[in-house]
Amino acid sequence: MLIQEHSRPGRRATAQAPLTTADHSTLPQALRRKQRAALPEVSEMQAVRHYTRLSQQNFSIDTHFYPLGSCTMKYNPRACNSLASLPGFLARHPAAPESHSQGIMACLHELQDMLKSVTGMHAVSLAPAAGAQGELAGVMMIRAYHDARGDHDRREMLVPDAAHGTNPASAIMAGFKVREVPTGRNGDVDIDALRAVVGPQTAGIMLTNPSTVGVFDRNIQAIAKTVHEAGGLLYYDGANLNAILGKVRPGDMGFDVIHMNLHKTFSTPHGGGGPGAGPVGVSKRLEPYLPIPLVEKDDDEGYHWLDEDDRPESIGRLTAFGGNMGILLRAYIYARLLGAEGMRRVSEFATLNANYLQARLRAAGFQLAYPERRASHEFIITLKKEAKDFGVNTMDVAKRLLDYGYHAPTTYFPLLVPECLLIEPTETEPKEALDGFVEAMIKIRAEAEQEPETVRQAPHSLPVRRLDDVRAARQLDVAWKPAEGLAESNI
Amino acid sequence: MPFIPHTDEDIAAMLDTIGVDSIDALFDEIPAELRAQGLDGIPAGLSEMEVTQLLQARARSDGEPTCFIGAGAYDHHIPAAVWQITTRGEFYSAYTPYQAEASQGTLQVLYEFQSMMTALTGLDVSNASLYDGASALAEAVLMAVRSNRKVKHPRVLMPRTVHPFYRRTVASIVQHQGIELVEVDYDKRSGRTQIAHCEAVADQPFAALVVPQPNVFGVLEDVDALTDWAQARDALVIGVVNPVALALLSPPGDWGQAGADIACGEGQPLGMPLASGGPYLGFLCCKQAFIRQLPGRIAGKTEDLDGKVGYTLTLQAREQHIRRSKATSNICTNQGLLVTAATIHMAILGAEGLERVAAACHANTARLAQQLCEVPGVEPIFDAPAFHERALRLPAPTETVLAGLAEQDILGGFDLGHEYPELGSALLVCATEKRTDAEIAAYREALTSALVVAKAA
Repeated sequence: MLIQEHSRPGRRATAQAPLTTADHSTLPQALRRKQRAALPEVSEMQAVRHYTRLSQQNFSIDTHFYPLGSCTMKYNPRACNSLASLPGFLARHPAAPESHSQGIMACLHELQDMLKSVTGMHAVSLAPAAGAQGELAGVMMIRAYHDARGDHDRREMLVPDAAHGTNPASAIMAGFKVREVPTGRNGDVDIDALRAVVGPQTAGIMLTNPSTVGVFDRNIQAIAKTVHEAGGLLYYDGANLNAILGKVRPGDMGFDVIHMNLHKTFSTPHGGGGPGAGPVGVSKRLEPYLPIPLVEKDDDEGYHWLDEDDRPESIGRLTAFGGNMGILLRAYIYARLLGAEGMRRVSEFATLNANYLQARLRAAGFQLAYPERRASHEFIITLKKEAKDFGVNTMDVAKRLLDYGYHAPTTYFPLLVPECLLIEPTETEPKEALDGFVEAMIKIRAEAEQEPETVRQAPHSLPVRRLDDVRAARQLDVAWKPAEGLAESNI
Repeated sequence: MPFIPHTDEDIAAMLDTIGVDSIDALFDEIPAELRAQGLDGIPAGLSEMEVTQLLQARARSDGEPTCFIGAGAYDHHIPAAVWQITTRGEFYSAYTPYQAEASQGTLQVLYEFQSMMTALTGLDVSNASLYDGASALAEAVLMAVRSNRKVKHPRVLMPRTVHPFYRRTVASIVQHQGIELVEVDYDKRSGRTQIAHCEAVADQPFAALVVPQPNVFGVLEDVDALTDWAQARDALVIGVVNPVALALLSPPGDWGQAGADIACGEGQPLGMPLASGGPYLGFLCCKQAFIRQLPGRIAGKTEDLDGKVGYTLTLQAREQHIRRSKATSNICTNQGLLVTAATIHMAILGAEGLERVAAACHANTARLAQQLCEVPGVEPIFDAPAFHERALRLPAPTETVLAGLAEQDILGGFDLGHEYPELGSALLVCATEKRTDAEIAAYREALTSALVVAKAA
């Protein structure tokens, strides 16, 4: 039932708005609303009960193992939320003067510094609001760099075929043409294919390392050399930074620009689809183009903002007020809780968990997509054989996992591995959770063999059974509307 | 080891299963010369207690000033229930609802949010959020250029009465799409964008006109006339609106003869704390005809195998994870948690609650402006009706006056002079429903003394 369907005319949460309607007679009649908007009319308790019940229809990290590959669903420490929600932080207006902002600016400046250190980059801007915006900022800086040198013909961005969809979409938004580079059979970028396509038209390459197929590209130095010698720059998609945190730095691998997904590696909440935060880091030659605002520290006068006037070559402003500050604060708090040693352990235990899970699934007879490779923080199995033998596909297995109390891994991505599951356990899961997942996978395969309909029709234990996506798109209904003549009343 | 549960026995057993001697051996495919030596500049980890003490001190150090700044972010009351429910782990720590059956809570919230936004804006459909109001306007501009089948010229008229940070954000984001953003001037007496100003720059066809309501000065634009004028020239109309103001003001879907085509704006007034500028949420609504050009996620209603109602992400062929380089936008993660907060906020306030909030903001700001204008030398800049912000002219440099007010723990407003030098010493003030008579009186006192100091300087 929708909240709108709980609505009864005249019902209200009276304590939450002014007791009377103030005089607004100076607002011209012609510019006023004639009919009241059809918003719900419910009591406060009804709203609380309704949304509490809805929350209970979600899988989440706090309630379930959530091995969603490429998404780094690790525990979100509660302290990060409660401390970022201190009244002093929540009440601060984005246009508050620096005199009343030194506390938060100190946090932001230290976060900039810590991100520089852990990525090996020269400078960092916290401005991008999410990973995709960080990508856009990154490729725009590459374009600004070439343009500033009069190198206007570099209009081609190289993107491996295994890349996240955001990579080509961001490159297009920055005005580039996208050229795909194939992945070799062993999971590394096909270096010969790369050498064949670089040239004076190459603006750069967008790479994830470890890549989306879950392996560290061993040829990274050769890739960097090839692209740099052709005059292009290297862009690092930080989606998989959790795999190498404190172990290898993108700056040392030769990357010129990177973005980080703080909602992955720095454990800020995913929130049912955001908010994220996508800071960008750059080598020295790209620093002038960083998106604003930035926080600078002046030994005498404390912290101050750098904006358009201070950075005339900046690619500019990406949101009205400089990004998702509350998320940046959560990431800062997480980084302080971890410290240098804790960051290193993140990648160590994320990698340990992934390789353990991979070893156990392999021993149980599941087929690895890259059996000769070490897993990074994630790995891929392919259910090609199960699909052929039992007529049960990856989506069926994913849905059946929900019945066993496990959120499904990422399905059908990357696109180049058929019937695949991309599995990322993260470092915060105990061994028992991984063992339980393996047992569930074994049981589901047995079901697929003995009673395939059980798997094909899954899930069976959730608030709804398998949903009809085709119907959703064909008989489009994306907003509730009040019945004619009902619910809308004159103001 | 913060947040890592492994015991020594676990580690030993896991390494044994994998068949390696140490965790370090798991990194053996990484070239040795690349392995990081140290992490200079990253301090040692702290306990939660120590971090708490540090953050409490930092939060306290920024003080508790009284806020009279608006300019795109507004200090409204937020019911306690909003964030208590929103930060339940089931909402807070869930991912994008790709597995619909395991995400019905989030998906139904998105559908309810979309329904509420269409009710407020009077348009047919809404997406499930973008990053913020400014980036939503950038997406609206891109969408309008793609959608306008009659005018192929990628030219968009952008009034100067649109928030300057929004205009800059749009300019940044669309800079490589070949889109020409044409500035439209405004009337210096009323603070409004008039048809004559539009005519002055409309010598060539344009795909869209942006119409802010209220505009950056708080002034109400003649939205009906602007909408009709632009649509008569085959352009689309993009409304940039404040959702709380929409409780009282004509919704974009009702503007002019045919209604605005697209509406976008900042969702922060719907239950989001000021929080230094984010996370907020951008909303984007449009007429049904343009839904396939609408960027971002959309939740749709459907049925399960038994015919039971359920919700799922729909029209995903618009999005980057399916369409890659041909997607409507590169956006992936949006502002889901803020959508949850906004939905609960609107459910609790309802239309009448939002009306009362809107009316209180309007009345408080009118009273504030009146009282401040009793201070010698302070005067209103514009004479047209305004919603909940007012532009005032000061008899001393705005920057100096604001610094003097800040010393008295009053954030006096937004300095307009930097962006609108033609207005002289200009200050944009706002008093939401939270500002009391005593606070308004204290502002007046403080302004009097700050002006004395500023004039002496």
